[in-house]
Amino acid sequence: MAAVRFLHVSRHFGDVKAVDHVSLDIHDGEFFSLLGPSGSGKTTCLRLIAGFDHPTAGAIELHGVGVSGIPPYERDVNTVFQDYALFPHMSVGQNVAYGLMIKRVPPTERDARVREMLDLVRLGGMAERRPSQLSGGQRQRVALARALINRPRVLLLDEPLGALDLKLRQQMQIELKAIQQHVGITFIYVTHDQEEALTMSDRLAVFNNGRVEQVGAPAEVYEHPATDFVAGFVGVSNLVSGETARAITGSPETFTIRPEKILMHEPDAAIEDGLCWIDGRVRDVVYLGPHTRYRVDLDAGGELTVTQQNVDSTSLDVQAARGRRVRLVWPRAHNRSVITTG
Amino acid sequence: MPVTRRLAISLYRHPRVALLLLLAPPLLWLGVVYLGSLSSLVVQSFFSLDGFTGQVVRRFTLATYRDLLTPANMDIVMRTAGMAAAVTLAAAVAAFPLAYYMARYASPRGKAALYLAVLLPLWSSYLVRVFSWKLILAKEGILNWTVQRLALGGALDWLLGLPVIGGPSLSVSLLGMFVVFLYVWLPYMILPVEAALERIPESFLEASADLGARPGQTFRQVILPLALPGVIAGSIFTFSLTLGDFIVPYALGNSALFIGQAVLAHQGTSGNIPLAAAFTVVPMVIMAFYLLAAKRTGAFDAL
Repeated sequence: MAAVRFLHVSRHFGDVKAVDHVSLDIHDGEFFSLLGPSGSGKTTCLRLIAGFDHPTAGAIELHGVGVSGIPPYERDVNTVFQDYALFPHMSVGQNVAYGLMIKRVPPTERDARVREMLDLVRLGGMAERRPSQLSGGQRQRVALARALINRPRVLLLDEPLGALDLKLRQQMQIELKAIQQHVGITFIYVTHDQEEALTMSDRLAVFNNGRVEQVGAPAEVYEHPATDFVAGFVGVSNLVSGETARAITGSPETFTIRPEKILMHEPDAAIEDGLCWIDGRVRDVVYLGPHTRYRVDLDAGGELTVTQQNVDSTSLDVQAARGRRVRLVWPRAHNRSVITTG
Repeated sequence: MPVTRRLAISLYRHPRVALLLLLAPPLLWLGVVYLGSLSSLVVQSFFSLDGFTGQVVRRFTLATYRDLLTPANMDIVMRTAGMAAAVTLAAAVAAFPLAYYMARYASPRGKAALYLAVLLPLWSSYLVRVFSWKLILAKEGILNWTVQRLALGGALDWLLGLPVIGGPSLSVSLLGMFVVFLYVWLPYMILPVEAALERIPESFLEASADLGARPGQTFRQVILPLALPGVIAGSIFTFSLTLGDFIVPYALGNSALFIGQAVLAHQGTSGNIPLAAAFTVVPMVIMAFYLLAAKRTGAFDAL
């Protein structure tokens, strides 16, 4: 049985279709990400699950039970808010204990569970502090502990790492994933960061303009993007169509090719079977440390972005490539034909 | 270099001088005119009146405060403080729903209209409004007429028959006075409460509901504690304004005096300036204690 099921769910705000005919099955115990640019409907979907908002059309089921008309406080889900929403007039311990206090759990059990939760998020001994005395990363953990203490069957996380700096974010990604495996409940994670979604998720749904473009495991979505939008949003991708496509494959059908799959050779390099190739001139070079990104103007029109590992080359070497004629070569099997959704 | 430019640069280099120049006029005003008159008032309260000559004796004495503590005068103090407390409590209860609606539900236009409705009465003279209330509350007034039409005359008569708060009609009773006080000071409660409620992010209420709290629990656990600073800020207005007022008791009261009236009577008709000053010190002391208590709740963060 699905932990969360969307059945043709729409949420319209006047003329704006924030969520448009979304159908989804999120399995029990999985780490599921809703990935998309801002305004794509992913946060609205989360709010529909939590009960802060209600669908204009369609139905949502939690563990097989329809939840239409059921208020947030009757739903067995908890939320980690983007702004954490910690109560400023309560201590860290009182914040974490809030759900238990509301449920009238006896104080002794309450204290024990608060301590257990604070230890889980590595904030033991911080119970007396005020939220305002904590750093961003610590507040994020308090919000997580407060949501987990009710032992919900589904935890909703709304861009919980958005306000943290890169190093802390990467550390928290690992911790969140570890906590999810430890408690074993369904995590539904909203993010616009494709790297975050790829790192953490068991499966993810890519949102665009209120619709789901693709649902799948990270590798599947990355390796086999279903649409041009997914190809461009999840990682970087070259979209090749029309005459350029014909020059490469012999057919004008649109396909995508990842920049890291392409090798850059001398202009007279020999071509083996199963490879595609095209000639061009390097227009732009961006040195990125571990790798370099080249932009190549193709003789057949259009351009391709290519990334190459800096195995032997230094930044001076790669800069010298600017203006040089090159032959781009890659295995034909890496070409992915996609649906153009605009 | 022109003088103005040299002056500007020298002020930039000496920020303390610039600050002093900016602050001198308001500080002089506050220090001399405001605190000066206040301290003169406090000093006066330690003088006494020579009962025979009717002259103020400029010598330190606690005799005036002894007079203040007589049962008749303490009656006045207790009556005034009791009224101020009742008005403040009622204002908080009456203001909260409107402030909540303004802060959370009203559209921008609706909110502007409500702001206007709350502030509009303050544009007209307070005297006019108090005396129009006297007409409304009079035995021949519209309120009594409506009550009689609704066949609720018995209930009103019963209310007016109650000791202390009753009287011959609403326009001559503590009950009527309470109604008018509530009316004139209500805007001063609505505005700070609305400001405090507006500062509570929507996500706090969602988080509370998300963690299992029903609306009533969210109100008690989250909204009320976070709005309390605003309520206290508003109560400082309603409480101190009621403590010092003499027009409403004059217009709607009977022979039972309020502090403001006592001050007026002692400094005017009987010329007992020391006792009038001592009476004025009472609300100051009450407010000082109230503010100290309020400070502990963090009420001043909302101002």
